[in-house]
Amino acid sequence: MIKKVVVTFPADTASQPLIYELIKKYDIKVSIIKADIDANGGKLVLELDSDSEHIAQSVQFMKDSGVDVSPLEKKISYDDTRCISCGACTSACPSGALSIGAPDWKLKFQPDRCVVCKLCIVSCPLKLFRIEFAE
Amino acid sequence: MTKSYEEINEKIRAGKAVVMTAEQVSEMARTMSAKEILSKVDVVTTATFGAMCSSGAFLNFGHANPPIRMERIELNGVPVSGGLAAVDTFVGATDCNVQNPTYGGAHIIQDLIDGKEVTLEAWGKGTDCYPRKHIRTHISLDTINEAILMNPRNAYQNYNVALNTSDRTLYTYMGTLLPHMKNASYSSAGELSPLLNDPECRTIGLGTKIFLCGAQGYVVWNGTQFNCSKPLNENGVPMGNARTLALMGEMREMSSEFIRGAYFEKYGVTMYVGVGVPIPLLDEDLAHRVSIRNSQIDTFIEDYGHECELIGQVNYEQLRSGEFEFRGRKIHTAPLSSLYKARRIAGILKQWIEQGRFELTAPVRPMPAGTSLKGLKEI
Repeated sequence: MIKKVVVTFPADTASQPLIYELIKKYDIKVSIIKADIDANGGKLVLELDSDSEHIAQSVQFMKDSGVDVSPLEKKISYDDTRCISCGACTSACPSGALSIGAPDWKLKFQPDRCVVCKLCIVSCPLKLFRIEFAE
Repeated sequence: MTKSYEEINEKIRAGKAVVMTAEQVSEMARTMSAKEILSKVDVVTTATFGAMCSSGAFLNFGHANPPIRMERIELNGVPVSGGLAAVDTFVGATDCNVQNPTYGGAHIIQDLIDGKEVTLEAWGKGTDCYPRKHIRTHISLDTINEAILMNPRNAYQNYNVALNTSDRTLYTYMGTLLPHMKNASYSSAGELSPLLNDPECRTIGLGTKIFLCGAQGYVVWNGTQFNCSKPLNENGVPMGNARTLALMGEMREMSSEFIRGAYFEKYGVTMYVGVGVPIPLLDEDLAHRVSIRNSQIDTFIEDYGHECELIGQVNYEQLRSGEFEFRGRKIHTAPLSSLYKARRIAGILKQWIEQGRFELTAPVRPMPAGTSLKGLKEI
């Protein structure tokens, strides 16, 4: 399975070789989608590819190491009550996380496909997208 | 067989009119001839919900005591026209304050329709008949006199598909166009679009009653940039941006479900406007016209990356499929106007007519013929 997570580092944990441990100890295929870390801590967006048991263990390991781990879908949202399903965001979305089409032509969002490129934020004419860890 | 407006209206009044959306009738046409459709269906509803910059609103604020001749006017900090009598203005959808370019005229119009208060500030030089020089107050649709939505140009008959062959991302009124033809955006409602179902405007003219943003509005003129000289495809459909409609309606009867202020990144403010147009099936020719399907409607592909050159053509069935092949590549397509909302509008208009709440009006003047478009020369 594939799970995308947002990892938030406090300052004192930023120097740990976390990714190394994920690969070596827990046999996770890790893709770093986004990274913004310095001496004061920061955020990582990771795609974890493994079986569910290893992913759960690796998430627990990260939490035990003092970093916050939360699923990506909780961090990206759009206001679907105000969405007009125009489709402008799907045009720019390179991963297919945002899609529109038959039969109902209502906007669909599949967070597990999102690569956090943020093009939806600029492309939505109604400015309905929010990404919590956006600068 | 032919039918008159009066015959159809009598059926509407009796609650017996058969009304279908343009999509439903296009589906029917797969197995039925135009003659059969004419005998079964009286009215076809069409609709679109797209971004149309050529929109705005006439407002009359009423006079203060002592009165002011408003020469410079701001609504929520956005400068709007001061060139229209003492207490009238035209709020252009694209009006904006450069300090805050994401909020503009379209948002003010939506705020008013939503019942919100808007801050009005105005200045005049002071005259013998209008001595006041400044006023600051709050207005809403409850406090002002007329509030009329006006679109000088709307409901484009077809529109070019936008893509970008250059190597940088473009931010346009056709949305974000990724480099190297990674995407293409289109804005017509295709087989549901009003002017594609009556391409020669046989039933759509001055005085045609329509659905406008939830209200019952009217076609009041040919739209600006009304162009009859676009090439036709083999099904008689104009390719690219052709005819347009000028529309008017009462803002107090509108709902922001069908009109929205919008902002396109690095382009500016625009307004999504919901329009529904009924087409009476007066004869076989009209029954044939409303039967048009997405696969029979072509449009040009325009390269926004290279001087808006027309570089190919594609039909709406291909566009709706999510991708089409061009120059040996699969290009991801996406709409810019909401088919979801357009269907809602066509459905509501159908219901209004079925329930006898909306009768059809014959045009009091037809649309112009033989028009073409002029460019602008630099001196």
